[in-house]
Amino acid sequence: MGKIIVNRERCKACALCTLACPKKLILFSQEANSQGFCPAELSSETECTGCALCAEVCPDIAIEVWR
Amino acid sequence: MEKRLFIKGNEALAQGAIKAGCRYYFGYPITPQNDIPEFLSKQLAKTEGCFIQAESEVASINMLLGASAAGARAMTSSSSPGISLMQEGISYLAGSELPAVIVNITRSGPGLGGISASQGDYFQATRGGGHGDYRTLVLAPHSVQEMHDLTLLAFDLADKYRNPVVILGDAVLGQMQETMIDRAYRPMELAPKDWTLTGAAGREPRMIKSLYLKEGEMERHNWKLFEKYQRMKEEEVRHEASLEEDARLMVVAFGTTARVSKTAIRLARAEGLRVGLFRPITLFPFPDQALLDLSQRVKRFLSIEMNTGQMVEDVKLSVARDADVYFYGHAPGSPPIPEELLEAIKKVY
Amino acid sequence: MKQVFKRPQSLKDVPFHFCPGCHHGTIHRLVAEAIDHFDLRERTIGVAGVGCSVFVYEYFDIDVAEAPHGRAPAVATGLKRVLRDRIIFTYQGDGDLASIGMSEIVHTANRGENITVIFVNNTVYGMTGGQMAPTTLLGQQTTTSPYGRDFLQDGYPIRMAEMLATLEGTSFSARVAVNTSANLMKAKKAVRRAFEMQTNDLGFSFVELLSSCPTNWGLNPIRANERVEKELIPYFPLGIFKERKGTDYL
Repeated sequence: MGKIIVNRERCKACALCTLACPKKLILFSQEANSQGFCPAELSSETECTGCALCAEVCPDIAIEVWR
Repeated sequence: MEKRLFIKGNEALAQGAIKAGCRYYFGYPITPQNDIPEFLSKQLAKTEGCFIQAESEVASINMLLGASAAGARAMTSSSSPGISLMQEGISYLAGSELPAVIVNITRSGPGLGGISASQGDYFQATRGGGHGDYRTLVLAPHSVQEMHDLTLLAFDLADKYRNPVVILGDAVLGQMQETMIDRAYRPMELAPKDWTLTGAAGREPRMIKSLYLKEGEMERHNWKLFEKYQRMKEEEVRHEASLEEDARLMVVAFGTTARVSKTAIRLARAEGLRVGLFRPITLFPFPDQALLDLSQRVKRFLSIEMNTGQMVEDVKLSVARDADVYFYGHAPGSPPIPEELLEAIKKVY
Repeated sequence: MKQVFKRPQSLKDVPFHFCPGCHHGTIHRLVAEAIDHFDLRERTIGVAGVGCSVFVYEYFDIDVAEAPHGRAPAVATGLKRVLRDRIIFTYQGDGDLASIGMSEIVHTANRGENITVIFVNNTVYGMTGGQMAPTTLLGQQTTTSPYGRDFLQDGYPIRMAEMLATLEGTSFSARVAVNTSANLMKAKKAVRRAFEMQTNDLGFSFVELLSSCPTNWGLNPIRANERVEKELIPYFPLGIFKERKGTDYL
C-alpha cells in the first residue's frame, strides 16, 4: 500500500518515471502546469506499493513517496 | 639595533611573505624566480601550512584561489610568461573579490624572450592582462629592502581590499644581493574575514563566485569593484621624489631603472644639471596627482624604462598638457648603465 | 503510512533549471544524499566547474566556490590544503574535466589529494550548445563534428575512470550510470563510497556518472535514456576500477 505525490510545478514530463514504475501506474495529466508541461500523476493508489523507484529516477525530485 | 641581512632579493621577498603570515605557496619553476619556491619549500614545511610545486602556472593561480577562498594568506610567484598563464585566474580572483599576492620577477619578452631583466610587463600588470574591468594593486620595489618591505604591505593590502596584489620585480632585483634591515612586521588593522568558505556550520552557506547572470547584477558588481578601485586611488598611492625642489627636469622611473637613474642623476648634478627623480612605488594606483602637482613648476619629464615605452603613457596622462614628456627606453637585455642615462638626460634637458 | 522518499536536506528546495530528462538533477541528488548520509553538510565545500555544472551554488545548501573552466581540482586542492578536516568535492562535466581541465585532474589525482570528484559524462558540451567533447563517441554527430566523430581527425573518446585508476594517488575510481533503477542503486553506492573514502582520509576518490543530454543529442528524454544503455555503456563500461582498502602507499 503506497502513494506518491507529484509536485506538479516541478515535473517536466520527462517520463523517466514511467520507465521505472514496475507496474506502469504513471500517466500524464490533461492539465498543463505554469511551465507548459503536463505533469505525471499516479493512476491508482490501490496498486501503488510505494517502491519509490519513480522518485529515485526523477531528475527533478518532483515525487514524494509514502508507504 | 635591528638585525641586518646580506640577502638575495628573491629570498628577501620570500622571507617577507613568511613574516606576513603567508603559509601557503603554489608555484611552478621559471627563471629567474626559482629562489622563491625553493626557499618556501623548505620554510613552509616547518609551519602548519604547505608548499605545492603545481603542475603549471595555471594550476598554481587556481590553487591560490582555493586557499584564499578558505581564508588563508597565500601567494604565488612566477615570471612574465608564467604570469601570462595566470591572467584568467587573476581575473577570477578580482571578480570573486579574493585577496592574493602574485609576484612577477619580470624577464624579457615577448614570447620565450630571455632571462634578463625588463620592464616589459608594466602594461600586463597595470592594464590587467586578464579579461574584464578589474584592477590589481601593483607594487614596484627597487631594492632588496623593498622586495621585503613591500611584500609585507602586499599581504595587508590584499586583505584590506579583498583584491589581488601584484609585486612587479625584475630579474636584477630578484638575483642581486644587498644588505637589508630585517624589519619587524607591523600588521595593518584589518576587518575579520566573514566571507570565507569553511563549511556552513551554524550559518547560512556562502558562495565565492564571479558569475552574475540575473538582471542588473553584473552592472552593480562592476560599479562595486569600481568604487573599490577609487578608494585605492585615494588611499594607497605611494611614490618617492628626490631633488625635485629646484629641478628643471624630472626623471620618472621605477624598479631597477630607478636605481641606475639615481646614479645618473648624481652624475648630472655634478655637471650642474638640475635633475630630480620621481619614483612611483605603486604603479596602480599611479601617482598621477603628485606628477600633475609637480608639473605646475617642472616642465620637463623624462620617463626612463627597460622597455620600448609603457609607463610613459601614464606620465603623459598625468601631466596632461602642463609639461613636456620624453621617453628613453633601454630595451631588455642587460640593465642600462648610468653614463647611458646621463646622455639621455642631457638630450632633453 | 510514512514518507519513504523526500528531498535530501543538502539540496535547497528550488526548481532545477536542467532540461527535461537531464540526469544532472538525479546526480545532484545522489551527491546530496551521500552528504546527508554521513552528516557532512555543515563541513562540506563544493567546487563548481563551468558548464551546466556551474549552478551547484544555486542548488546545494553548502559553501560553494566557483572555479575557472577546468580548474576545479586545483581550487579544491587549495581549499583542502588549508581546511584539512573539511569535505571538499568538485562537480564537473566532460569539457571541464577531460578537455581544458585534463592537466588539473590528472595531477590532482596523482598527488592523491584527499578530495572527491564527481564527473558527469554526457559525451557533449551541454551548456554551449552541443559541441564535441573528448568523450564524444566515434560517429557521433555534434555541432563541431557534423559528419560524426572520426578517429583520424579527433582520436578516440577518452575513458577517464580507467585512466585515473592507473595512478597511485587514486584511491577510488568508478564509472556508474543512472539510466535504470538498477544502475542508479549502484551509482548511489559508488557516490557514497567516494565520500566515505574522503571521510576516512583515504585519498583521491573519483566517480564518473554517465548522463543523458536530451537537448543536445536531439532525442527526447526516453530515447536519450536508452542511448545511455545502447551506445554509452558499451564503450564506457560500468564498474569499480580501483578501490583502495587502506592507506597502503609504498
